[in-house]
Amino acid sequence: MKINKNVSISENGFVFNPTTGESFTVNPIGVEIINMIKMHSPEEEIKKFILEKYATDSSGFDKDFYDFIQMLKSYNLFDEENEENEN
Amino acid sequence: MKNTDKIKYERPIIKRLDAGIPNKFGLRTEYTPMTHIDNVSVKSLVAEFGSPLFVVSEKTIRNTYNQTKRAFTLRYPKVQFAWSYKTNYLDAVCHVFHQEGSWAEVVSGFEYDKAIANGVNGKNIIFNGPDKSESDIEKAINNDSLLHIDHLDELYMVIEMAEKTNKKPKVSIRVNMDTGIYPMWDRFGFNYETGQAWDALNKIMFSQKLELMGLHCHIGTFMLAPYAYSTAAYKLADLALAVEKKFNHNIKYIDLGGGFPSKNTLKGSFLPGNDSNPSIDEFAEAISSALINAGFHPEKLPLLILETGRALIDDAGYLISSVIANKRLSSGKRATIIDAGVNIMFTSFWYDHKVSPAQPFTHYTEDTVLYGPLCMNIDVIRENISLPLLNKGDNLVISMVGAYNMTQWMQFITLRPKIVMIDLNGKVHLIRDSETNATLTDLERVPEHLKKFDL
Ligand SMILES: Cc1ncc(COP(=O)(O)O)c(C=O)c1O
Repeated sequence: MKINKNVSISENGFVFNPTTGESFTVNPIGVEIINMIKMHSPEEEIKKFILEKYATDSSGFDKDFYDFIQMLKSYNLFDEENEENEN
Repeated sequence: MKNTDKIKYERPIIKRLDAGIPNKFGLRTEYTPMTHIDNVSVKSLVAEFGSPLFVVSEKTIRNTYNQTKRAFTLRYPKVQFAWSYKTNYLDAVCHVFHQEGSWAEVVSGFEYDKAIANGVNGKNIIFNGPDKSESDIEKAINNDSLLHIDHLDELYMVIEMAEKTNKKPKVSIRVNMDTGIYPMWDRFGFNYETGQAWDALNKIMFSQKLELMGLHCHIGTFMLAPYAYSTAAYKLADLALAVEKKFNHNIKYIDLGGGFPSKNTLKGSFLPGNDSNPSIDEFAEAISSALINAGFHPEKLPLLILETGRALIDDAGYLISSVIANKRLSSGKRATIIDAGVNIMFTSFWYDHKVSPAQPFTHYTEDTVLYGPLCMNIDVIRENISLPLLNKGDNLVISMVGAYNMTQWMQFITLRPKIVMIDLNGKVHLIRDSETNATLTDLERVPEHLKKFDL
């Protein structure tokens, strides 16, 4: 998982993708997750962090996390070329 | 860390920003949580009575009734409301209206008996509808109820019953007419333009066996055009004056039926109903002016009867529901499944109901389709709604569901839930219990030869 490095994200959740000119809003927990992905935190670490901080359980969060990642992908915010290079 | 020390969880979302145009999900829907109904907490109602749960506000019924009545009594000296039973015939609801002074308006033997059982005097019951049996008519005649005749077959039956009972039944006719509204409701009553109504009135007067009391119409429901009511009032007044001229007989009342809109938003409307539907004052103005200007002698002004249903009760009804699950559809659209379906909320086919979360939330929202719990494709409560991020188990309050849902609901797939009423002091009363399997199976019989099977 790698967020396209051109994508900028502000502290208050404003996301801009200069490649497409699209902008997005993300809620605070989403900002935390995107920032962790940007820092190359592995999935397990992100989940552990969220479960410690927020009142939710692992199966509930898993589902939401997966959904969120799918949405990031569908908005082309992942750097897929890079991902392929890495593999 | 204990779960309670942790931060309230909200699922992560990302939402594309589109340049300021309202999309098909509409403008922002409802951005304050509805944690209480009449100062009673939604969570406590769910804890005590379960979910889904219908809640009726006695205070709202009384306030709406008094405001509506005032709109008319300010403009016209003689006004009487008759509670339209089919709109919501829960006994507790009917009792509130009767305490406020409403008569009963019924359209079947079942509803008639309900009104009698509620303690309404027969002479304060208006009996409408195309299907009255001989025994219904006999009962109504013996109780001095107001029989509103729908068709000639019924007229002849009432004349026969008058002979049989040796009483003079109190009757009116239902009139249908062109009020400039499409579609025109012409299936009930006698038509004005073709002279059917005048013909029926002549038959009644010449029979000398019936006491002609009034004239009735009900021109449609959720009417958005006050002028249609002035047309209807003029036409009924015209008939009343013609009867007076020809037979020297005074028509005691003109009954304009129901049909005023509530504040709900019709599907497909761009603006919320609250902002765009005409107010009761506009209807009252149209009707009162038409009657006052119609040419009645000031001392013989007919009583104005209104059978207002929807507009008097919609606001007072709420449906509390709970989130069962959140899903992402293959189209990418968010779907939320709640435990209240169209079987108990069939007005979702007509309205974009206001839906409010019952707990605090952040300002982040997602465009969502709101599904009921039935295993049926048609079970959609809102096709497009912008909702805050709800978790499984969160509660929602659906507003303005007081009209027709609690009478037209279906026992289908699930059992019907409890209904409570919050009284003027904030006390909660169970006014209809939830169904159990026995409610239904008690009515069923399995033939002896089908009882046994081996699987
Ligand atoms: C004869 C009659 N009166 C009154 C009503 C109540 O109408 P509404 O709920 O539109 O006010 C109806 C509803 O269909 C009706 O048929």
